Amino acid sequence: MSPVRALWKAMSAQRSELAIAALIGFLASACAIALLGTSAWLISRAADMPPVLTLSVAAVMVRAFALGRAVFRYLERLLGHDAAFRGLSQLRVSLYASLEAITPNGLARFTRGDLLARLGADVDTAVDLPLRIVLPWAQAILVSIGTIAFLVWLLPAAGVVIGIIVLLALTLMPWLVGRTAAQAEARLAPGKAALANAALTSLSASPDLLMLGADGRALAALRSHDDKVTVLGRRESFALGLSGGTGTLLQGLAIIAALVIAIPAVVDGRLPSVMLAVAALLPLALFDVLATLPGSALSFHRLRGAAARLDEIHAASVDDGASPLVQPGAFTGLVVDNVRARWSGAQSDALAGVSIRITPGERIAIVGPSGSGKSTLATVLMGFLNYQGGAVICGHEIRAIGGDELRERVGLMEQSSHIFDTTIAANLRLGRLGSSDDEIWTALEEAQLADWVRTLPLGIETEVGSFGTRLSGGQQQRLALARLLLAQRDLVILDEPTEHLDAQTAEQLDRTLISATASRTAILITHRLIGLESTDRIYVLDHGRVVEHGTHDELMSGTGWYATNRRRQAEQRSMAELIDRLPAGIGVDVPPLARG
Amino acid sequence: MRPLDPRLMRYARSTRGFMIVAILLGVVTAILVILQARALSTVIVNVTAHGFNFAEVGGLVFAVAALIGARALLAWATEIAAFRSSAAVKEELRTAALAHALALGPNGPAGTDPAGVTTLVTRGVDALDAYFSRYLPQLVLAVIVPIAILLTMLGQDILSTVIVAITIPLIPLFMILIGMYTKSRVDRQWKTLAVLSGHFLDLVAGLPTLKIFGRAKSQAEAIAAVGDRYRMSTMGVLRISFLSSLALELLATLSVALVAVSVGLRLAEGQIAYGIALFVLLLAPEAYLPLRLVGQHFHAAAEGLGAAERIFAILETPLPTSGTSEMPEGSVTIDVDHLGYTYAGSEVPALAPTTFTARPGTITALVGLSGGGKSTLVNVLLGFLAPTMGEVRVSECPLADISTAVWRSSIGWVPQSPVLVSADLNVNPTIAQVVRVGMSDATDDHVRRALSDAGILDEVMALPLGIDTALNADGSGLSRGQQQRIAIARALVREPRVLVLDEPSAALDIDSEDAVVAAVREAASRGCTVIVVAHRPALVEIADQVVRVGTEVLA
Repeated sequence: MSPVRALWKAMSAQRSELAIAALIGFLASACAIALLGTSAWLISRAADMPPVLTLSVAAVMVRAFALGRAVFRYLERLLGHDAAFRGLSQLRVSLYASLEAITPNGLARFTRGDLLARLGADVDTAVDLPLRIVLPWAQAILVSIGTIAFLVWLLPAAGVVIGIIVLLALTLMPWLVGRTAAQAEARLAPGKAALANAALTSLSASPDLLMLGADGRALAALRSHDDKVTVLGRRESFALGLSGGTGTLLQGLAIIAALVIAIPAVVDGRLPSVMLAVAALLPLALFDVLATLPGSALSFHRLRGAAARLDEIHAASVDDGASPLVQPGAFTGLVVDNVRARWSGAQSDALAGVSIRITPGERIAIVGPSGSGKSTLATVLMGFLNYQGGAVICGHEIRAIGGDELRERVGLMEQSSHIFDTTIAANLRLGRLGSSDDEIWTALEEAQLADWVRTLPLGIETEVGSFGTRLSGGQQQRLALARLLLAQRDLVILDEPTEHLDAQTAEQLDRTLISATASRTAILITHRLIGLESTDRIYVLDHGRVVEHGTHDELMSGTGWYATNRRRQAEQRSMAELIDRLPAGIGVDVPPLARG
Repeated sequence: MRPLDPRLMRYARSTRGFMIVAILLGVVTAILVILQARALSTVIVNVTAHGFNFAEVGGLVFAVAALIGARALLAWATEIAAFRSSAAVKEELRTAALAHALALGPNGPAGTDPAGVTTLVTRGVDALDAYFSRYLPQLVLAVIVPIAILLTMLGQDILSTVIVAITIPLIPLFMILIGMYTKSRVDRQWKTLAVLSGHFLDLVAGLPTLKIFGRAKSQAEAIAAVGDRYRMSTMGVLRISFLSSLALELLATLSVALVAVSVGLRLAEGQIAYGIALFVLLLAPEAYLPLRLVGQHFHAAAEGLGAAERIFAILETPLPTSGTSEMPEGSVTIDVDHLGYTYAGSEVPALAPTTFTARPGTITALVGLSGGGKSTLVNVLLGFLAPTMGEVRVSECPLADISTAVWRSSIGWVPQSPVLVSADLNVNPTIAQVVRVGMSDATDDHVRRALSDAGILDEVMALPLGIDTALNADGSGLSRGQQQRIAIARALVREPRVLVLDEPSAALDIDSEDAVVAAVREAASRGCTVIVVAHRPALVEIADQVVRVGTEVLA
């Protein structure tokens, strides 16, 4: 199925409403044609100077058609837009369902920065399908059939010939316009891509280029890319401009055909002479209606790109096969035994045989250098990545438990949790629907965010802004922590929640995380080693394997990764404390600092 | 939004040429339209009223055909001119916007949203094609054609002329009046539509979080419900705003009907000639057509003008001022004297008053919390920001007096996240090309020496292609530490008198850290004035002077 047809299917809930809109649109166009036709008849008839009364019906009809055209057009636009907006809403729902199915592992490639904006723009473009493509085409075809039928009745030869020209206008003209636009775009695409690439490179490197005195050279490079695109663009103007003339040319052809066929017919009496003006003017009016089609062809061309990208989303969503799933039993801890896991497309295992265990009420830490597999383990435990080996929770293998059921037991705090563009309370209630305000305040208290929320005039009803931008990074993560605590999961996994925060904020949040998980079963994944004394066990991961494990004291008695890095971080901490004691805003010689 | 923004004429001079061409073509088009109506009506009248046969009117039919052919050619020519000017205008806007954005540096749009600016100057300005090819020529026709037709009708039939002359100015008038009435509502509605789109994208971006909490599936209903609510409120506004086109259509069609009925009835009473009546009937709709088409193309045009408007916003951002004097000769002493910076509209200073002197051959470490003002201080030193209090003196000469380009040419700068590009913005620059961004005429020996000074030459020469190894566009293939050291080489190849280095806050491997420390020491020992933003102890330990930037009082 072509992407455009798939898009049409995805947004065509309101076919009947759209059909009515098309019919009303047809009436509007028909009125426009009838207005000119009746006027032509009226004048030709009046030229014979009949009694004025014989003209009065035509005079009334002329005015009625004029009124009809405007009013029908208004109604068509209202109905058409209503149907289009319904379709758009339906499209969003179906796109969302497809994206939901590939979350989280397949989602990243559709939601990264620019792509997310592009997704929004593509969805907005989809409204063109009913409004600028289906409706204009439907009424163009209907009104062409009606007009040609009338002409055939009036003068069969003229009807047939003009019918052929109209057919050309309905097929050749949009095809030509769409094709030239597509061809021109294809020829311009490589140059445009190169230009966009160079522009992005230079803009991202603007401070580097300016400081290195290379901005002039970079601009010259941009200029030469730009010149290529512009020269090509000029060359394509001959093809792109074709759409302007074709409509006029076909319209003229139809008028000439009408004259050439109708004049002899009038001369030998096959056509009443008053009808000559009607025969000549009807094609004129009809082609004014068809004039919207080239624009519609361009919309179609633009829509195809959007539809293809949206179709990719629908296509990426695969049903993960409904294997028989078990209901998890009571939480009795987690046993991970020799688990191996690999990301799709990767050359080697991210987890190469990891074993850990945790009993209810315990708190363990998983540490190690970046890329050692810490976050992969979290992904496996959340049921988002397939694994080999054993990972048993609530009496069953994780892979045997349904994803949603599993995640009612296991909660995760991500490196940067998404904060939704709504109130603090609504963000928290995502953790547990129907939580009372008291429960929300308790969670905020535990996340040590309550004091700050109390200072806000609207309290927990404060809007946090898109992506939580009205909160600081630390506040966002505390909000995410409160949400997770409110959800009351049997096991919580904290996956480097301080990763994107500055040192001081991270340190403060570390303290909160340790205190808030004190009475819970928790896995702390981190590379910050200060404060892990209170955990029950520490596992050090490297290259997907557990290389050390034990309590803080046990590990510190050795010389392994944990002991080395823990000492280094402690040194950095004391250096940072020294620096904090320096007077601010003034140069201090180093010797006193070293003595500090 | 103005239909023809004067700034478009100012920033894109090609627009003026196009307007002249469009007006000329518009005048010829108007004449052809009138001649065609005249010829067509004469043919019909000659056959219907005077009983001519085809041979007798054949010449006129041919004339109609020729006129139509000429009109088609003219329409083609107009579009060709439009697309060509559009290409030229786009290049002018693109080049100007890129140059300006680049010159504004990290505090301008290039720093905050490089991808957004790129999209704007590529896909964004492409929307101007529709503005030039459809909207602008039609706008010109909408002025010329009605006037030409009115003048022609005046010579034929006064009453019809009066009907058209009264109604035509009413169309733009009504559009403006209804537009003004609905504008604020429509604007508000577009905003709510943006909210709707934002709600959808918010949920998509938050899908992993929703899934973690088992809320992902239930949000589909919320999307439908919110969509429905916004549809209903939008339709409420559209009912009114579509009235403007209703009024426009009513005026246009009713006046054509009035003209038709009026000439028809007078024709029946013999007050007007058949030929004139038909001519007037053919002319009347042509007078309204361009105005109606302008409205139709408005949507497509608005997109291009919107993009242009955002480009003007970039172009109208003033560039930081630069002094004109030369640098003092010799080694450089930098006096930072009660230097402070507060962003416009902010009450809290981004940089609280800071004072220190950085001497040649010494290392000054800037430390303090992130957000404490270290980057602001560096931005002032590099000339990207003009201080709002205090000043910087370079060997006794105020920095504000020194030409920014000259000052920068004496600095070697190593940013926190260097972007390793070549000067020609090659997709896969080689290591040598990246280093040569620092000095375009550096020999291979120079490049190797700089790499050696930065402590990375051995690692580079171990690669099969050595300094001619091509890097990936995003610098991947090298570790963060290696990228950092290539950026140091790029700075050192300039033989700078001042070295400014912003240490990456992320962890480097120990070898890289040692190499960076050695390179900084080496630069200072050669008499360079070194200022480093330090995040880790290693660089603080080798500093001669430490400056804590920030005012927080900590327990």
